[in-house]
This record gives sequence, structure tokens and C-alpha cells, in this order.
Amino acid sequence: MNEQDKPRKVRIGWFSFACCEDNTIVMTELLNDRWQEWRELFDFRHARVLQTNNVLDQMDIAFIEGAVAGEPQAQEIREIRKLATLVVAIGSCAVTGMPSAQRNLFSDEQKQDVGFLVERFGHLDQVLKLSDVIKVDAEVPGCSMDPQRFLDTVDSAVAQVRAGWASEK
Amino acid sequence: MHSQDISLDAICKVEGHAKLDLRIRDGKVEHVHYQIQEYKRFFSKAVEGKPLAAIPPLLSRICGTCSNAHVMCAIEACENAVGLQPSPQTMDLRHLTMYGLNIRDHALHLYIFVMPDLYGKDNFLSFDENDEEQHQHLHDCFEIKAAGNYLAQIVAGRSVHATYPTLGGFNHLPSKEEIEEAIRKLEAARPAAMRCIAIFERCDWSFDRDMDYQALVPKGSYWFLDGDVVTSHGERYGEKRYPDLLEHVVLPYSTASAYTHEGRPFMVGALARLNLAQETLHLQTRESLGRTLELFPSTNIYRNNLAQAIELLHSIDHAIELLQGREFAVEAPIRPEIREGEGIGVVEAPRGTLYHKIVVGEDGLVRRGEVIVPTGQNQINIERDIAGLVDGLLPDTDRPTIEHEIEKLIRAYDPCMSCATHFLKVDWDLV
Repeated sequence: MNEQDKPRKVRIGWFSFACCEDNTIVMTELLNDRWQEWRELFDFRHARVLQTNNVLDQMDIAFIEGAVAGEPQAQEIREIRKLATLVVAIGSCAVTGMPSAQRNLFSDEQKQDVGFLVERFGHLDQVLKLSDVIKVDAEVPGCSMDPQRFLDTVDSAVAQVRAGWASEK
Repeated sequence: MHSQDISLDAICKVEGHAKLDLRIRDGKVEHVHYQIQEYKRFFSKAVEGKPLAAIPPLLSRICGTCSNAHVMCAIEACENAVGLQPSPQTMDLRHLTMYGLNIRDHALHLYIFVMPDLYGKDNFLSFDENDEEQHQHLHDCFEIKAAGNYLAQIVAGRSVHATYPTLGGFNHLPSKEEIEEAIRKLEAARPAAMRCIAIFERCDWSFDRDMDYQALVPKGSYWFLDGDVVTSHGERYGEKRYPDLLEHVVLPYSTASAYTHEGRPFMVGALARLNLAQETLHLQTRESLGRTLELFPSTNIYRNNLAQAIELLHSIDHAIELLQGREFAVEAPIRPEIREGEGIGVVEAPRGTLYHKIVVGEDGLVRRGEVIVPTGQNQINIERDIAGLVDGLLPDTDRPTIEHEIEKLIRAYDPCMSCATHFLKVDWDLV
């Protein structure tokens, strides 16, 4: 098949912020049954777990896991939002902030104990969920994410992207 | 390259993120700062005031890939705090949980993270299906990972953040049909594990130097849950003596804690385990390996990859034996007493020794917690090795090659920055 005859790939970004990266591991487990399909379907523009040569450029879908714990993270997330047609929040920390945001609920005594570290390392006073920082198009909750719900969301997002391509023609 | 500052923004194909500052002056490495920069999530503070039963699922969230090791370690610490002794069946299920974890996690590291460097590729998914060898690796990788994932699912509920293990036992047992299917998948994956060993045995990467190491060495079989911590100098420490073993070192540039033993850096992980306990590997594993085991003990850090491949095979062989050797009977988890106490948990996570300490009050609520992760223990050794590696490459090696060699070396340790960090960004400082 000539290059021009190959189906257009969906440009994907996979990003992790303040979290345990459990959804990344679930995604790599989903590859066990889908690696042949996904490598034909997706152009991984940015997926640090899979490759070294990552570029932050135009994406059809950006998957973001993790809460937002520092201003540099918030800036990077805003940049991703500008570049992505769709942004999907992946997993509990991105969707609700928890458990990465557990310090928001600490007692005054606990907050005092960790306060110097929050300050020293320039963390935000409050850990934020993704939708506190940017507009989110879809969410896959769960700690870790529910695999079937993720796959359904991927199908839906890919269909939306392709519908957009069709309307461009 | 006499003197310069170099910035490498992200080490990829590792779990999590870290940053590296490298300063070269007059053709010699002046300092290497391997900075663990994870935004702190304060789990050891968050345990305070919570009941014991809540601790394992909470501490599991420290790390996705190591989550089931954190569950096992936290359960052990909590049970030891109140004097709870689990049943032999529960211990077998816990060993199986760890085997599922190690099979899945080692395969992820060896194939997805390391193997692209062997073939000059950037991404394992870009391996060529028309090339016989690369085609085989693609299929082997996902067959092994799927077998480990399935084992973890039937025994522990999930391969990430296990739901079935609890204090005093398991709240669900695998069915006969699931056990038969797991055995079938593991047996099918065994030839792939043998091919994986052959690949990493042939690998000629070498960075060898004097190195201390330590690991939890089991009394009987080679497994990941009990024993004493033994050092490369032959010292033996019971689990409760871990404060005598580890000296906490504050690295001002890092959000994670680093450790030394008697003032010296050391290594933890599969290489340390195999160096110290290879004679306890499963009999079938040893018979299949032949002279491969003569490569150990080794202080070549890249042999950590081969050690992980050997642990893949051992995990498959021993898991099959455990699954075939026992009828799993319904057992209600033993209820922990509500009483005051202090408990230590020590397990071998895929990438090294993991410590949890839990102090519980007479009301059954946790007073304090402490977690020491493998990557923190390896941190100073990694810095020392990067300095040695770069000094050996200077002055004639170009910068991209040096950066790639640094990444390869860091990957050999299989660090998990989610446990301890995020983001490896190298700032080169040369004048």
C-alpha cells in the first residue's frame, strides 16, 4: 500500500501529571490485545512511556491523567489544550483530584507539618482537578480507570475526530 | 567537550519523571544531581488517623506499576503491628500476587523500555513485523504481559491496585476454571521467557565497577515477601532492624529521600536478588538456565536486565507449581485485633526492596507511617554511575550519544519515579 493510500492516523498525546500513573499501566495492559490495531490507528505524537522522540504539536486527542499540583503543570496543560482537538481526563486524579489532592483535606495540624515542603518545592496551595484548569471534553473516572469505559471513550473520540475530518472535506 | 552545560528534558521509557543536572568542568564531571521531582502527595502523612484496613488500598496509590507490591508491604506492616499471622493459603495467594506483578512489570521494562535500544528503535510498537526476530519479540512481549496480567486479575482482582487482598486474607478466590486458564497462559508464555533470557544474555552492554548491593533474601524459595535483608558484604538484618541498615540522606535538589548504608551508596533490584539468592530459584528454572547463572554474581549494572528476565522464568515456574499444588478453600480473612503496636513490612518490589512502617494506637487508628522505596535507595548509586559513565565517554563522545548512554544506564536500574518522582530533565552545566 502506498503512503498516500494508508488511512489517516489519529494523532494522540498521552500525558501524566500528579498521580501514580496507574492509568498508563492499564493502557499498556490494554495494548496486550490491541497493539496491532492501535499501531495502525494511532500516531503517538507524545507518549513518554512508549518513546523518546516526543513532540508537542497538533493532536486530535490528548489523554491526560493526574491532578494539577504546580503552576508549571498548569501551564503545560493549558498548552496541551491549545494543541488538542479533544481532551480526555483519565482516572480519578484528573477527574476529581483525588487521591493526589488529599492534602486539601488535611487537618490544620497536618497542613502545618507539610507546609514547609509545599512552599519549598513551589507546589500550589490547593491541588486541582483537570477541569479546574482547562475545558475537558470527556472523562474516564476510576482509580485506576475502568478499561471498558476507556475503550468506549476512545471509540467515541475517534468517531468524533473522523467526523470532523469528513466535514473538512 | 571540555566544559559545558547540557539540558536533557525528559528521560523516557521509565515510570514517572525525574530531572538530571550534569556539570562538566575541564573535561571531568563535577557533579551529577539526579533530581526526583515528583509533586509530593504526602501519603505517609495521609495515613494518620485512618483505620488499619484503609492503609493498604491507600498506600497502593503511591505508584501504579508497583501498586500490588505496596499493597503486600502495607498488609504485612499492618498485620505485624497487631500480631496477626496469615494462613499458609493466604501466603501462597500473596506469592502469586507478586508473581503476577513481576511477570507483567518485568516484561513492560524489558520489552517496551529497554528492547528498543537493542534494535536502534525509538518505540517498541515500531518493531518490524516482517523481520523474523522483531516479529517474535512483539508477540512474546504481549503474550508474557497478558499472562502476568491474567494471573494478577484472578488472584488479586486487578493487576493495578489489587482489590482482593486484605488484612488477614483474601476476600475472593480464583475459580478452578480460572486457575486452569492461568496455568495454560503461563505455560504458553514460558518459551517466550526463555527467548527473552537469551536476548539479554547475548547483550554486550557493560558498565562494571565496585558496587554494594542488598536484597531481601528468602529462607526457602526465591520469592519476594519474606526473609532477611542481606548485603553484598554478607551482613544479615532482620526486618525490624532496617533503621540500622539505611541512613537517610537529604538531597536538597530532590523531593525524594535518598539512602546510604554505612556511608556508601548501594543498589537494590533484581540484580541484587539474583546475586544473593540464585540457589533458591525454582528447580525447573535452574535446570533450564544451564550455565547462564554462572554470569552471577555480577556488578555490571546492565545484567539487571538479564536478572529480570530470569525472574520472569522463575515467576512463571513457581506460579504454575503453586497453582497446581493446592486446592484453594474458602477462608474468611482473619480479623485484626484493635490494639496498640508498631509493624514493619518489607517486600521485594520489582525494582528493589520496599519498606513500610505503621504505628497504630490503642483505638486502632494509625498514628504514623513511613515508606522507603527502591528508587530512593538507588538514587545515589545512579548519580555515581552516571558520573563514571560520562567521565569514561569524555572527551571524544558527542552529546547526543552521551545523553542516550545516560538514559540506557538509568533504564537499567528500572527506576520508578512515581514511587519517588516525576520528570528526568538533564541540565548540563559546562564552562
